[in-house]
Amino acid sequence: MVNTKVSLCGVELTNPVVPASGTFGFGYEFNDIYDINILGAISIKGTTKEARFGNALPRIAECTSGLINSIGLQNPGIDAVIEKEIPRLRQVYRKPIISNISGFSIEEYVECCEKINKVDDVDIIEVNISCPNVHNGGMSFGTLPENAEAVTKAVKKVTTKPVFIKLTPNVTDIVSIAKACEQGGADGISLINTSQGMRVDLKTRKPVIANKIGGFSGRAIFPIAMKMVYQVYEAVKLPIMGIGGVATAEDVIEMMMAGATAVQVGAENLVNPYACKDIIEALPNVMEKYKINDLNEIIGVAHK
Amino acid sequence: MKQGFFTVQANVKLTDSVYKMVLLGDTSAIERPGQFVNIKLDGLFLRRPISVCDYEEGKLTIIYKVVGVGTEKMSKMIGGEKLDILTGLGNGYFTDFSGDKPLLVGGGVGVPPLYHLAKCLIKEGKNPTVVIGFNTISEIFGKEDFEKLGVKVLVATVDGSFGIKGFVTDAIAQVEDYSYVYTCGPEPMLKAVYNATTTSGEYSFEERMGCGFGACMGCSCKTKYANKRICKDGPVLVKEEIIW
Ligand SMILES: Cc1cc2nc3c(=O)[nH]c(=O)nc-3n(C[C@H](O)[C@H](O)[C@H](O)COP(=O)(O)OP(=O)(O)OC[C@H]3O[C@@H](n4cnc5c(N)ncnc54)[C@H](O)[C@@H]3O)c2cc1C
Ligand SMILES: Cc1cc2nc3c(=O)[nH]c(=O)nc-3n(C[C@H](O)[C@H](O)[C@H](O)COP(=O)(O)O)c2cc1C
Ligand code: FES
Repeated sequence: MVNTKVSLCGVELTNPVVPASGTFGFGYEFNDIYDINILGAISIKGTTKEARFGNALPRIAECTSGLINSIGLQNPGIDAVIEKEIPRLRQVYRKPIISNISGFSIEEYVECCEKINKVDDVDIIEVNISCPNVHNGGMSFGTLPENAEAVTKAVKKVTTKPVFIKLTPNVTDIVSIAKACEQGGADGISLINTSQGMRVDLKTRKPVIANKIGGFSGRAIFPIAMKMVYQVYEAVKLPIMGIGGVATAEDVIEMMMAGATAVQVGAENLVNPYACKDIIEALPNVMEKYKINDLNEIIGVAHK
Repeated sequence: MKQGFFTVQANVKLTDSVYKMVLLGDTSAIERPGQFVNIKLDGLFLRRPISVCDYEEGKLTIIYKVVGVGTEKMSKMIGGEKLDILTGLGNGYFTDFSGDKPLLVGGGVGVPPLYHLAKCLIKEGKNPTVVIGFNTISEIFGKEDFEKLGVKVLVATVDGSFGIKGFVTDAIAQVEDYSYVYTCGPEPMLKAVYNATTTSGEYSFEERMGCGFGACMGCSCKTKYANKRICKDGPVLVKEEIIW
């Protein structure tokens, strides 16, 4: 028997496979497809202070081995998530819940994190700092170390649960951002969010996406995510949730070798609704194939 | 929703760019007409949503128009080839509110989902009238299939090369009496039907999809009462909730 258990800041996961925020709704609808209690944890849809309808349609564009999305953080708002969505998930799901929080100002992050910190059913808070800062010309919080540190500090002040800061790859130096989050008191790092992308429709000669530019993800970004996980593992002492292009049990193991303690699966859920189940079921066999008895042995081994 | 592998039994050309594909596989997840399936194709990341035209136990029929890389690939498939398909997606049409004389209005590749609907309505003892619209005579398909079911079919062509000259609304003007409207087609057509008809009805929409089963919010639209995902809470909306 191989061991697939891992631990994120004291939160035990029976395996490292976690559906990524925005690609699994609030989780409970997937329970109609398979028993979601096999999952390591679930990262639920990014939540903001107020309800948001999100961006104009079309919001989706296909690419080679991936897609561009421009959902624009459609969500029912923090209060509805706490009152309706999380309890609904809890009715069918016993494993850890990761609540993903977004904001457009430091005050918004603080208010949402303070509220979500009081919810017993939430195990980890994942703060998505890829959003534009409305007080700073729309520049993303995640692109300047000072801003990343400021958000982290402010959020840590009002929370007691583990806080993972989720980083955008659209930066010149991911390491400096990760270090700033560590400096600000983060308990862990999630990376990467989507990479910016765009497509033009040859027939209409216009951008496919209404918002013109969106976030690119899926299998194609796996090597980019790998590189960033690898670099950040060297630079900070915090546990990492690796995200980006993961589609197989082999990918999970590869990303753990680069330094991830757990791994999130995003776009692949959209094209294969059973993706996480397939990966979890394949994991023990793939571990045996590569002579891995315990996943904890391989976290970051690529650095040795 | 169910994922399964289907075997192509037949893939026949109906017009220059429209094909009918008959697939063998598990159709148990399909509950009603107007639902759709989502088809995985080799080398393409996203699945392609296509309406269920007809189904029975073990057999699924779809009709699709070649418009891009995915449908082009489908058109080249031959008997015996396999496809990974998600079935039983979307809400579909409900026959409960149709009354005795429902009007079915389809434009172009909006026609296929009306076929199984017509079958269901007839089985329930109702008397549907079908109005279908195309640009020109060479694009017409489906007419005989509906006629074989014994329903009255009115065809409109924009250039007047067959049937009534004009849009589906010009054909609707010739229908004396109807109790309810079921429609599927391009959005401008849906809007014209909305304005040209007086009864309530069910309107099937298309949107670009990420998943097709409610997970990504890629297909959300606003209705009078709530935000809805076209793939899961739709594709069929009732007339009263639509905002144009
Ligand atoms: C619920 C639903 C039911 C449909 N039923 C039918 C049907 O019965 N017969 C039929 O011929 N067509 C139908 N369509 C449209 C069909 O999905 C598209 O024509 C098809 O996806 C085009 O794929 P492509 O690779 O050939 O085109 P490309 O333009 O190469 O596709 C690129 C991307 O855009 C998407 N896309 C392109 N056009 C559309 C469109 N009109 N609607 C949604 N996504 C689109 C594709 O899925 C793909 O992700 C339906 C669409 C929806 C949403
Ligand atoms: C449709 C869609 C919606 C997403 N929504 C969110 C979100 O609300 N919050 C967030 O932090 N990340 C969001 N993401 C990013 C993913 O969680 C993930 O970081 C990214 O897609 C990379 O992983 P992947 O290549 O496996 O998709 C979204 C991604 C997609 C495709
Ligand atoms: S396409 Fe993903 S929610 Fe509708």
